Amino acid sequence: MHSILKTSCAAVAALGMAATAAFAEGHQLTGDLKITSDMSNPAPRAVMEGLVAGFQELHPDLNIELTVVDREAWKTQIRNALGANPPDVVNWYAANRMGPYVDAGLFEDISDMYANGDLPGLDAVQGALTLDGKQYGVPYTYYQWGMYYREDIFNELGLSEPVTFDEEIANCQVIVDSGRACYAIGTKFLWTAGGWFDYMNMRTNGFDFHMQLARGEVEWTDPRVRETFANWRKLIDMGGFIADHQSYSWQEALNFMIDGEATSYLMGNFAVAAMREAGLTDEQIDFYQFPLIGDFPQGEDAPTDTFHIPSGAENKENARAFLQYVTSANVQTEINSGDALGQLPINAESGVDADEFLEQGFAMLSTNAKGGVAQFFDRDFPAEMASVGMEGLQEFMVFPDNLDDILARLEEARQRIYQ
Amino acid sequence: MRPQLNPSANRCMVFACVKSAEGHDMSSLTPTSRSWYKRNEIALTPWLFLFPAMLFFAVYVIIPIGQSFWISFHQWDGLGEKTYIGTANYERLLGIGDQNIDRKFETSFWNNLKWLVLYLLAVPAGLFIALLLNQTVRGIRLYKSLFFFPFVISQVVVGLVFSWFYLPREGLLNAILGVFGAGPVNILGDPTLATYGIIAAGLWPQTAYCMILYLTGLNAVDPEQVEAARLDGAKGYKMLWYIILPQLKPATFIAFVVTIIGALRSFDLISVMTNGGPFGSTRVLSFYMFEESLSEFGFRMGYGSAIAVVLFFIMLGFIGYFLYSMWRDEKGAR
Repeated sequence: MHSILKTSCAAVAALGMAATAAFAEGHQLTGDLKITSDMSNPAPRAVMEGLVAGFQELHPDLNIELTVVDREAWKTQIRNALGANPPDVVNWYAANRMGPYVDAGLFEDISDMYANGDLPGLDAVQGALTLDGKQYGVPYTYYQWGMYYREDIFNELGLSEPVTFDEEIANCQVIVDSGRACYAIGTKFLWTAGGWFDYMNMRTNGFDFHMQLARGEVEWTDPRVRETFANWRKLIDMGGFIADHQSYSWQEALNFMIDGEATSYLMGNFAVAAMREAGLTDEQIDFYQFPLIGDFPQGEDAPTDTFHIPSGAENKENARAFLQYVTSANVQTEINSGDALGQLPINAESGVDADEFLEQGFAMLSTNAKGGVAQFFDRDFPAEMASVGMEGLQEFMVFPDNLDDILARLEEARQRIYQ
Repeated sequence: MRPQLNPSANRCMVFACVKSAEGHDMSSLTPTSRSWYKRNEIALTPWLFLFPAMLFFAVYVIIPIGQSFWISFHQWDGLGEKTYIGTANYERLLGIGDQNIDRKFETSFWNNLKWLVLYLLAVPAGLFIALLLNQTVRGIRLYKSLFFFPFVISQVVVGLVFSWFYLPREGLLNAILGVFGAGPVNILGDPTLATYGIIAAGLWPQTAYCMILYLTGLNAVDPEQVEAARLDGAKGYKMLWYIILPQLKPATFIAFVVTIIGALRSFDLISVMTNGGPFGSTRVLSFYMFEESLSEFGFRMGYGSAIAVVLFFIMLGFIGYFLYSMWRDEKGAR
């Protein structure tokens, strides 16, 4: 870890010096800049510290104060942090997840930065930061979701990457017959089931329908929703998923894939790092886009992580300059590279690191996600709907026969939540 | 101590009264008239000593209870403005009017009852172990401390250890069942078994707690009564039921109180072992309250407060009953 920290610090610092001439000739910032970040895991933390070092390089007279908060704890602490005496820059998530803070007037409206060209190269992603036609923050990284699978087992069984759902089922039958499960999943913390529903629904009914459901415009008891569950059930009934998944976290379930007891994992790209760490080589793992079901342009999950300025911040000018710095093309290339965050840059002019999975993901999202890009079940649906929903999805995966009861419950919740 | 202290305090008070009443006439004896505080010192001093505790109790206990009541009549996300909605939260929670009762609340309530009833097994189990350990054998102190050990370790650790014990494939429980040829069970993954699995984990430290209460109680058992009973031919079960247990009544009372309160505030084990799952089947009221108001997808402060208020009244019922029976016993003893 130490070496990663060192290299990325050095790299970002060097980049900062190179960029000095390019874009900060205008004026040197002075005063304070207080940043509270949730990038607490080792690699993201090194990136965040590198960002601060790089920005400091540009503005030597600026007094930057960085506080790193545990990522899980931040999900509840942000409320207190935004209240009294807030920092100047904070981390959060895009789409509906920022809704409560926008509604309460706690995030600064930065639409003018998008409008006057302060944030070049972000046109494609600004939708995720838009609520009621205004933008409230900037993204700094995102990652694809898809099927990560054991290439060596696929070769052994003579399987190839499926394109349609029928092929997927045929593959799965071969895998089940070989005594393995097709899909590793750990639903103890519920959200992994949300990923499966996102894809089943986007493929069965299309991206637009999925978003209508997220906005509460469609009933959960709608026949189209039932069709989604019927397709999902095919995989459940044939024994596609590992047993007892309700008792595992996603990391614990990863062991099934590492031991070769399950062959695929529908997951975000962050799983690759965990697989490599557990000893799987790049020859053993590969990636394919979730197969087609209905005749719809593919929608994809690509959750975006963001920076925001609290509306009570004291040094908003400095904060805006920092957001510009973070989203600039060079910095984006640097912080999302394989040895830093290992994810995708949000600036269209940035380069994607030469990494098997990042390249495939980037190609998929830029050319093969014509339906649209969703954030994720728990970010697109309002918080209460998401929590009730994911619980129902987990129950469905264990007891598919309870579907009617589950859908009735979700529909009752929908009518109450979206009024 | 007490009977000696009281008369002297009274005498002192009388003396002070006499003095102040005579103050005007006997000015030669008391040259300056005494200050208001000095005159009321005896009455005021206890209140002065009580004041800090009462202040903090009010600020941190009484006022927050009132606030919870107040918030429970609102819709509030903890950030913006509160909207007054009357008793709508309670109507939704309890299913008053044309809506169904909140199913999560229903599950939580029944789970709370399961906790209450089954958790009380810790009392007889603690008594049994205490009787077992109440003998003079070489190294008995070591055995006692080993039995007390589970109460010393954190509930979070207990939960973690038991969730490993219950693991569907690698867990020790399934390894043991396998020896006897019984099929593997996934206790924490089965909605009908999970709550019982967590209660069993909770019984481990709670039994140790009850054991220590009974051990101290057994030290206070009067040996002369035991001797007398033995002369009358009592032994075994009869000795326990008619001679020992009545003398252990104070210990039993405390054991019941701490166990019932422990059952009602069970939270950490649930949070660690199942996080309320699978599909919400292990929720209890305190966990549901936390989930609605403070968890990642929560921040429905009004609804969470309504649950808190309901839980408050349930607890109040139990505590009120215990206070009443304690008061009745004390009156009977006099």
